[in-house]
Amino acid sequence: MSGFFDLPSDLQHSWQGLVGLHLREALLPVLAGLLVSLPVAQLCVRFRWIYPPVLGVTTVLYAVPSLAFFVVLIDYFGQSETTVMIPLALYSLVVLIPSIVDGVRSVPPETLAAAQAMGFGPVRRYFQVQLPIAVPAIIAGLRVATVSSISLVSVGMLIGNQGALGNMLYAAQTYHRPALAVNAVLTIAALGILADAALVLVRLLLTPWMPRKGTTR
Amino acid sequence: MTKRYPDGTVAVDRLSLEIPDRAITVLVGPSGCGKTTTLRMINRMVEPTEGTILLDGQDVRRQPVNTLRRSMGYVIQNAGLFQHRTIIDNIATVPRLLGWTKQKARARAAELMERVGLDSALAKRYPYQLSGGQQQRVGVARALAADPPVLLMDEPFSAVDPVVRKGLQDELLRIQDELGKTIVFVTHDIDEAIKLGTKVAVLRTGGRLAQFAPPAELLSAPADAFVEDFLGADRGIRRLSFFPSADLELQTAPIVPIDADAAKLASRATAPYLLVTDLDGRPLGWSEPDRLTAGAIDPEQLLDFGRPFLPGTDSLRTALDGAVLSPAGWAVAVDGEGRAVGVVSQQVIGEAIRAAHSRVAEQAEVKAGR
Repeated sequence: MSGFFDLPSDLQHSWQGLVGLHLREALLPVLAGLLVSLPVAQLCVRFRWIYPPVLGVTTVLYAVPSLAFFVVLIDYFGQSETTVMIPLALYSLVVLIPSIVDGVRSVPPETLAAAQAMGFGPVRRYFQVQLPIAVPAIIAGLRVATVSSISLVSVGMLIGNQGALGNMLYAAQTYHRPALAVNAVLTIAALGILADAALVLVRLLLTPWMPRKGTTR
Repeated sequence: MTKRYPDGTVAVDRLSLEIPDRAITVLVGPSGCGKTTTLRMINRMVEPTEGTILLDGQDVRRQPVNTLRRSMGYVIQNAGLFQHRTIIDNIATVPRLLGWTKQKARARAAELMERVGLDSALAKRYPYQLSGGQQQRVGVARALAADPPVLLMDEPFSAVDPVVRKGLQDELLRIQDELGKTIVFVTHDIDEAIKLGTKVAVLRTGGRLAQFAPPAELLSAPADAFVEDFLGADRGIRRLSFFPSADLELQTAPIVPIDADAAKLASRATAPYLLVTDLDGRPLGWSEPDRLTAGAIDPEQLLDFGRPFLPGTDSLRTALDGAVLSPAGWAVAVDGEGRAVGVVSQQVIGEAIRAAHSRVAEQAEVKAGR
């Protein structure tokens, strides 16, 4: 009888190796999604009319099943991590763009007027005023996108062992070792919780200026 | 200048003002009168549709917009502080934009915190940890940080409670005494305008100028029914704020110390009321002479003496207020230490008011005769 963390050799990774792979496959798409969302959200703030169509497009993308993406993407990227990560990056947009737009819009109008009156140009105003004040909203979006990405990586097992910890679910069936499935589910859940906690910590470090619970003026 | 919006709304209509140097000019009017728009045209946050704004004879459009804005302090309602920056860094904003080193900008910011009456312990706090009044002080300090010659203030004190507002107004007048900036101040509060303004521009809805005059002139000679209505009730009483109390003839005979002997009390018995003071000369209250018994004056039995005034510093309005507050009908004049230096009756204050009126009328005649 093999131990709880001993994996069949055809998974080609130790348990720790799969955890690392899983995190990479889950977090890189969120990072890519963030890099795309920032400029798109800024366009949506500046030109209000493009926001509804942008939201529509991201919602439609979110509705496309990952399998459908895989069918198209395998032609270009093969059965690779990239094929798994592209849909995940696209899915993250549906959460990230609205949260950045809301965050940037939450900057009080008198703060913006004051920045303008003090001689901030649009670029400086964006990086020094709007973006820092939007950080709490952006991180709230990142938390949702990250946790959902961590759970979605598992579908990669459908295209030939590209699902990282998800591959253990398949192996559990093949080798009649339900413990592997339990391990996969518990590990993925733990990763989600830890990633979420890490983001909360980042938020606390980045925003010492936010009122804390229990503090009064 | 004129500001017309694409939808045809005219916010400011052919307004022409000459704003005096190193003085406070107040733009006042009901909402929708274009006072904020006018202010924002000065630093080009709004561009006029027609007309030009000259700053020291030069069109404000001649220099890059951000250079212009950095040379004008701007204070806004609710302060508009950067919530993600500490107080000291908020104040250091414009110096940093102008390329000062962080150290120099912060040193300057610390100096300004002191000038506007902020405790240096607040330097590392964030805006949410400050009260509304403190935030507004930070807003003023931030506007002054790069020592701009011009200060634009857009309803800066209207979101704080009346007590704090009075403190901020007094502080602004004190700072202005020290620094002598050219200040353009927007408010909808006519009392604030009269208190702060060297000159006051009253605007009416639709952005037309109704009157541009020093506050005393506004109160004595409103240009039309709109201005008169906007000034509100008690115009006559409020105008007394501009008449000095220095010339009031004070009487000292009705003042007796609490340990006065019977002979002294008897010698003063002809006065209708006597003001009893403590041994240091500070007023305790009024009494009719026949109710006072030497050696047994009970301060609890005395009548309220209202609010004393400082002759020379306070206006006739304060003196009259003191007189009408006291049941005796007399106002008490005190020195800087609060010691009674004399008393004055409502009748004498009334005569001083009449004299002040005729002086103003004479001056107006002289002016008109030229």
